Amino acid sequence: MIRDITLGQYYPADSVLHRLDPRVKFIGTMIYIISLFVFKSWGYVLGTVFLAGVIVISKVPFRFMVKGLKAIMFLLFITMFFNAIFTPGEVLFHIWIIKVTKEGLILAGRMGIRLVFLIMGSSVMTLTTTPNQLTDALESLLKPLNKIHVPVHEISMMMSIALRFIPILLEETDKIMKAQIARGADFETGNLIKKVKNMVPLLVPLFISAFRRANDLALAMEARCYHGGEGRTQMKPLRYTGRDYAAYGILAAYLALTIAIRVFLHW
Amino acid sequence: MSIKLEEVTYTYSPGTVYEIHALDHVNLEIGQGDFVGVIGHTGSGKSTMIQHLNGLVKPTSGRVLYNDEDIWADGYDLRSLRFHVGLVFQYPEHQLFETDVLKDVCFGPKNEGLDAEACKARAIEALEHVGFPKELYDKSPFELSGGQKRRVAIAGVLAMNPDVLVLDEPTAGLDPQGRDEILDQIAYLHKTRGISIVLVSHSMEDIAKYVDRLVVMNAGKKAYDAAPKEVFAHYKELETMGLAAPQMTYIMHTLKEHGMDVDVTATTVEEAKASILQALGR
Repeated sequence: MIRDITLGQYYPADSVLHRLDPRVKFIGTMIYIISLFVFKSWGYVLGTVFLAGVIVISKVPFRFMVKGLKAIMFLLFITMFFNAIFTPGEVLFHIWIIKVTKEGLILAGRMGIRLVFLIMGSSVMTLTTTPNQLTDALESLLKPLNKIHVPVHEISMMMSIALRFIPILLEETDKIMKAQIARGADFETGNLIKKVKNMVPLLVPLFISAFRRANDLALAMEARCYHGGEGRTQMKPLRYTGRDYAAYGILAAYLALTIAIRVFLHW
Repeated sequence: MSIKLEEVTYTYSPGTVYEIHALDHVNLEIGQGDFVGVIGHTGSGKSTMIQHLNGLVKPTSGRVLYNDEDIWADGYDLRSLRFHVGLVFQYPEHQLFETDVLKDVCFGPKNEGLDAEACKARAIEALEHVGFPKELYDKSPFELSGGQKRRVAIAGVLAMNPDVLVLDEPTAGLDPQGRDEILDQIAYLHKTRGISIVLVSHSMEDIAKYVDRLVVMNAGKKAYDAAPKEVFAHYKELETMGLAAPQMTYIMHTLKEHGMDVDVTATTVEEAKASILQALGR
C-alpha cells in the first residue's frame, strides 16, 4: 500500500542527462525556472522546445513527468481561476457576478504554463538525479558559505541522512500498519478524533524505532571517528568532464537567447 | 476451517522498472489442525505468501478462499477474517505500543469488540499459554528481553482466539534456549487448542522437529509440499535453492554410502541414534 509513495523519484536509465554532473543539472534547473519568468508570450515556444528536448534526451517515460503535476492540480486550478476573474481590463463575458477579462485569461494562461513547466522542469532533475547526488551538488555549490561560518557540510549530511531514512521509515510504517491491522486495528473508519486516536498503535512503535535507528547510526558514525566536514574527502568527488562544460555552454546560450527574446522582441 | 490459495500471483510495483514477481501461481491448502512449515531463502516469497492468508495483501491475480468463500469478493468482512487467521510478524517491536504488557495483549480482543473484563480474561489466558511470567504483566513491553517480547507479541495475536496461527520466523534472533521454549510452546498450543499452525522459518532443524507438512518456496513458486522426510530426500535440490536439509540427513546419507544399513529419513538426533544403533546390531 505505502510502497507506491515515492519521494526520491529517481528513475534509473542510461542517458546523457543521468550521467551529467548533478551541479550542472541543478544550475540548469535554476536557469530554466528563471527563463520561465522572463518569457512573456511567444518566448514559451522556446521554453517548450527546450523542455521537450531535455525530456527526450532523459529517456524517462513522459508519464513520470506528468505524475508530479497531479499534486499541484488543485493549486494550479485555484491560481488560474483567481487570475482569470480578478484581473481588471477588457471584459469578455459575465457569469453571474464574475467578470472574465482578456488580460485575466492571458495572465491565467501564463501562470498555468509557468507552473506546469516549472514542475516538469524540476521533475526532469529529480528523475535523473539520485537524492544523494543532489545533496552532494548542493554541498559543493554552497561551499562558499563556509567562509561566513555556515555549516554547509553538516547541513548536507543531515539532508542525506534524512533522505536516506525516508524509505526506511516508510517501509517500517508499512510493516507496523500490517502488524496492527492483523490484530484488528482500524485506520480508515471513524471521525477525525477517533482516527487520530487509532494512530497511536502506529505512531508509538514508529517513534521508538526512529529513535533506536538514530541512536544506532550516531553510534556507528562515532565508531568510524566521524568528526564533521573539516578535511573530509569524498568517495565519489564531483568532477566536471567535457560533457558538463558542453551542457554549461548550451545553458548559457539558452539563457542569452531568453534574455535577447525578451529585450529585443518583447516576447 | 480451511484456507485455500488458488493460482495466487503477486507482483510488486507492476508496470515499472522495479517490477518483482513475489509470487507466481501458488496453490496451497491449509486444513483444520494442520501444522505446516514454510521454508525458503530470503526473497523466495514466503513472507508475501503468508500475508495473503489473512488478506493483508491482495493478490494481483488468483483467489484466496477462507471456508470456501472468496475473501476479496465484494462485501466480505476482511476485518473479521483477521480475528480468525492470526498473523504474528517477525519483529515484536512492530506491534508493541501500550504502557504495560496486559494492555497490549488486550488490544486484539478490544478491537474485536469485547468488553474490558472479557479482554482481560482472554489476555491472561493467552499470556499463560505462551508461558509469560505473571509478575511481569504490568511491566512496560519495551523493558522486556527479546524472548519475552516475542511471547507478548504471540499472546497479542493469540488473545483473539484465532483458528489459525501464522508465525513469521518466531525464533529469529533468539538464543537456542529461547528458541526451543517458544517452539515447544507453539507445539503445545497446537496440541491443546487444536488450532492450525503455519510456521515460517529459516531453520530446517526447527521445522524437522515440529511440523507435519513442509512447504518449500523458491523464487516465488512452491517447490515442494510434502511431509518433511519426503522433502528432505531432495536434499541436493534444496541446496540449489540456497537451503539445506537438517545435518542428520547428511550424516545418514554419508553412512549409507559407506555401506551402513541406516534409515536415511532420520532427521533428529534421537531418530539417527536409534537407527545407527539398530544398524550396528545393538
